[in-house]
Amino acid sequence: MSFQPTFDASEIEDLLNGKRGGEHPSLMSVLEEVQARYRYLPQDALILISESMGVPLSQTYGVATFYNAFSLKPKGRHVINVCTGTACMVRGAKKVLERISDRLGIQPGETTEDGQFTLETVNCLGACALGPVVVADGAYSGEVTGAKANALLSKVMAEAKTV
Amino acid sequence: MVTLSINGQQVQGVDGSSILEVAREHGIEIPTLCYHEALEPYGGCRLCVVELKAPRGPRLVASCVYPAEEGAVVETDSEIVHRSRRMTAELLLGAAPNAKVIQALAARMGVEKPRVSLSDNNCILCGLCVRACREIVGANAISLVNRGFTKEVSPPFEIGSNACVGCTTCVFLCPTGAIKLEEVLANRSVHHWDSDFEAVACKICGDHYLAPELAVDVEKVLSEENA
Amino acid sequence: MTIVRTPEELENLKEKLVASSDPDRPRVSVCCGTGCRVLGSMDVIEAFRTELGSRGLGNEIGIVGTGCHGFCEKGPVVVLKPSGIFYQRVGVDDVAEIVSESLLNGAVIDRLIYVDPASGARVIYEEDVPFYQKQQRLVLDLNGDIDPTNIEDYIAFGGYYGLSKALHQMRPEKVVEEVTQSGLRGRGGAGFPAGLKWSLCREAKGDTKYIICNADEGDPGAYMDRSIMEGNPHRVLEGMIIGAYAIGAHEGYVYIRNEYPLAVENLRIAITQAEEYGLLGQNILGSGFDLSIHIRPGSGAFVCGEETALMASIEDRIGEPRPRPPYPAVSGLWGKPTNINNVETWANVPIVIDRGREAYSQIGTDQSTGTKIFSLVGNINNTGLVEVPMGATLSEIVYDIGGGIPAEKDCKAVQLGGPSGGCVPKEHFDVPIDYESLQELGAIMGSGGMVVCDEDTCMVELARFFMDFVQQESCGKCVPCRLGTRAMLDVLTGITRGLGQEGDIEYLEELGRQITASSLCGLGQTASNPVLSTIRHFRDEYEVHIRDGRCLAHVCKSLILYSIDAEKCTGCGRCLRKCPAEAISGAKKEPHVIDQDKCVKCGTCLELCKFDAVVVE
Repeated sequence: MSFQPTFDASEIEDLLNGKRGGEHPSLMSVLEEVQARYRYLPQDALILISESMGVPLSQTYGVATFYNAFSLKPKGRHVINVCTGTACMVRGAKKVLERISDRLGIQPGETTEDGQFTLETVNCLGACALGPVVVADGAYSGEVTGAKANALLSKVMAEAKTV
Repeated sequence: MVTLSINGQQVQGVDGSSILEVAREHGIEIPTLCYHEALEPYGGCRLCVVELKAPRGPRLVASCVYPAEEGAVVETDSEIVHRSRRMTAELLLGAAPNAKVIQALAARMGVEKPRVSLSDNNCILCGLCVRACREIVGANAISLVNRGFTKEVSPPFEIGSNACVGCTTCVFLCPTGAIKLEEVLANRSVHHWDSDFEAVACKICGDHYLAPELAVDVEKVLSEENA
Repeated sequence: MTIVRTPEELENLKEKLVASSDPDRPRVSVCCGTGCRVLGSMDVIEAFRTELGSRGLGNEIGIVGTGCHGFCEKGPVVVLKPSGIFYQRVGVDDVAEIVSESLLNGAVIDRLIYVDPASGARVIYEEDVPFYQKQQRLVLDLNGDIDPTNIEDYIAFGGYYGLSKALHQMRPEKVVEEVTQSGLRGRGGAGFPAGLKWSLCREAKGDTKYIICNADEGDPGAYMDRSIMEGNPHRVLEGMIIGAYAIGAHEGYVYIRNEYPLAVENLRIAITQAEEYGLLGQNILGSGFDLSIHIRPGSGAFVCGEETALMASIEDRIGEPRPRPPYPAVSGLWGKPTNINNVETWANVPIVIDRGREAYSQIGTDQSTGTKIFSLVGNINNTGLVEVPMGATLSEIVYDIGGGIPAEKDCKAVQLGGPSGGCVPKEHFDVPIDYESLQELGAIMGSGGMVVCDEDTCMVELARFFMDFVQQESCGKCVPCRLGTRAMLDVLTGITRGLGQEGDIEYLEELGRQITASSLCGLGQTASNPVLSTIRHFRDEYEVHIRDGRCLAHVCKSLILYSIDAEKCTGCGRCLRKCPAEAISGAKKEPHVIDQDKCVKCGTCLELCKFDAVVVE
């Protein structure tokens, strides 16, 4: 599932051409599409977008580093996201996060050295009834306990090995 | 013109002026860090807070961005103003303990030692350099990146920016000396940005003053004006 | 597809739709809100399609995939109409039986029935579920009935009638006045009167004006705005169109959180459909009024819930707030007069216009009219969305609707308004919920996040959690917020790690007061609330942490010890094998011991022990 396309200038150009028709071409929506496509914002893409849209690179870089949705580093093949919204927290998300963080040996926001796993947190997915919620490669798990987190990780790690 | 009261004194200011501008015109001192008369006001350092008693007061407002309104009643020296400034100075001292200007400011506010030590970085994020680079120089070589406590001033990707013209306006404006300039003959390095280039010498006085790219532009403009 | 050009045509379309749908026709309503989707409702709906198809009942029995019904705790939720039989936690395997037994034979399947945890009573029909009984569903009323991706469903229930009334029977000033007189206040947090806000923007000079829907629901623990957009996006659009007409705007934006993909999708569909039906775009309903609405995805920054930061973000800049004045009503998006309301506020507008100000203002209290939706989450039996009239009490919400606290634990407090709000301890649960009463208690209505904390919640850690959140979400522009929240976080972290000192509480209070008074925007001005309100109501917990080095809720790792009760331990070895720190030793069938130097306090042993032998203190 974790297919990561490599940066392709012509793709970005296509994206920009498609956007220019609008009255207010939006830098943010272009960046969001690039982020969705590559799962990070490649440096060359930012330079190309800035030049093409006539936005100073310093502004584009500022925007790219300000918002949570953007990442300047490539993510791991498997992304594990722990919801740390209030509802999940009072139901024990902190413990779950610590368990996963210890087992992977990385802090939230980091990627394992082998490029396999990225651990992230999110400020509420709105699935508060199911908290604590963990999303592993897009699949939601609810009512996660420390033990359930362990099992979930083992499963993801086993999948990682078979690929 | 608007008429307002500052510290009990009736003062007048031009329509559209800020409280700070009117106060300074009348010799009333308000401390600032992120304010510069040549730049758009920012309202970030909060040292210039004053007590606005009316209208809709009492409350603290940043005088550099708050308009002087007709009939406003302002106190620049009250206890709540001092308490706020003292806390701001203490926080700044906790974040930039080695910056001379912050040390002096804290001392003036009666802060000896910050209760929490936050970092040791001379940059206080007043944003003067960024605004000058954008508004005056027009180079947009640097910007504020990241956010919150990790916010910093940086050129894109934290590497020397092509957009930097080596004008050193940022160095000149930086109140804390966080941006360092090193000039060895024709070489100019703005350390904080990792900007390194050879400066071009002025044909008249011989001083090195500009990045070569910009020098070409200047010559072009001059020759067009002469023609 | 029909283009609706006049109020009469809208009425005719509605009548046609009502006439063509037989109210007695059996149909299945499956909740497809985010919560139920996570629990598998998309598979359930697919199973119904397959099952009904294979039995040749595809035409006789309808299936509606609706938005969030609100009772997320029990998802996937299925309601059979017209009988109203309510099934909870429905799985794919239950579908065939539901079709053969309930839909075809009218029988009730016992195991899918909801049992009220408070009384033990079995509840068959949706209307009898205690969770819904005490609610007054004004905004969420259609969420269980309509397919949010079909505009005709909304029209059949009287949708866009308020718009028609506004455009053809009311002058714009009259619309503003109606909203003002209704008493509608902003549902996003501060409770500013909506009508007054509109009139400021309407009266501002300028030909170009904008309206914005703030759908950047950032409070981590609130999801009512998402559910409104997912379940009934047309109501939000209708409110925006009425507002734009009243204010004189011809362009609008919905700034929506990108973490809400389903809401974005449903809103996109709704905009396209409204345009196709002539209810959005040029010459709306033949009135000559034009409005276009664009969607702007928010990229994850809590501060963008602040109006000026939100506008900066739409303008493609970093989400730094700017000082006010000038207010957005005078100089907003691209320097033009702009009116911003949040999703729930906009969704109330069609109701105000449709029912009239008098009917609307009779709901709720004098100062706070209408209803408010809360997301009731945390340590509560019935998690979900709760819509109650303003003035309802917390005890009604927590106990009557929410069914109380699980595992017979004691309730400690309710945290309201998320990172900008405060907590209300149990002693004050009889206070009516309105803007003013909550403020007096040091909490706020906020966006409506309502997190229930049981006795196992450490209030210091909760305060630290919110401060950590705010500190990460601060834009960093002004000193009090950037450095002050960090200082508060450092002190709070110290306290939860056993490093608290005398004077910490007073320092937190002083910092809190100064950050509130001196910060540039609403984020900083409210950032200290969670700390100040927990100190106000739970000062003793702070003191116990600092003075005695103990966390009575057993949450703060540094202040607790795990040990094994030798009397109860059977020496089964389960904890020994699973301890990640290899801190547990002991022979088989002999009591085990935890080596305190090695113990990382992860709690694995506590979770695993079947004999309650692991003790925390």
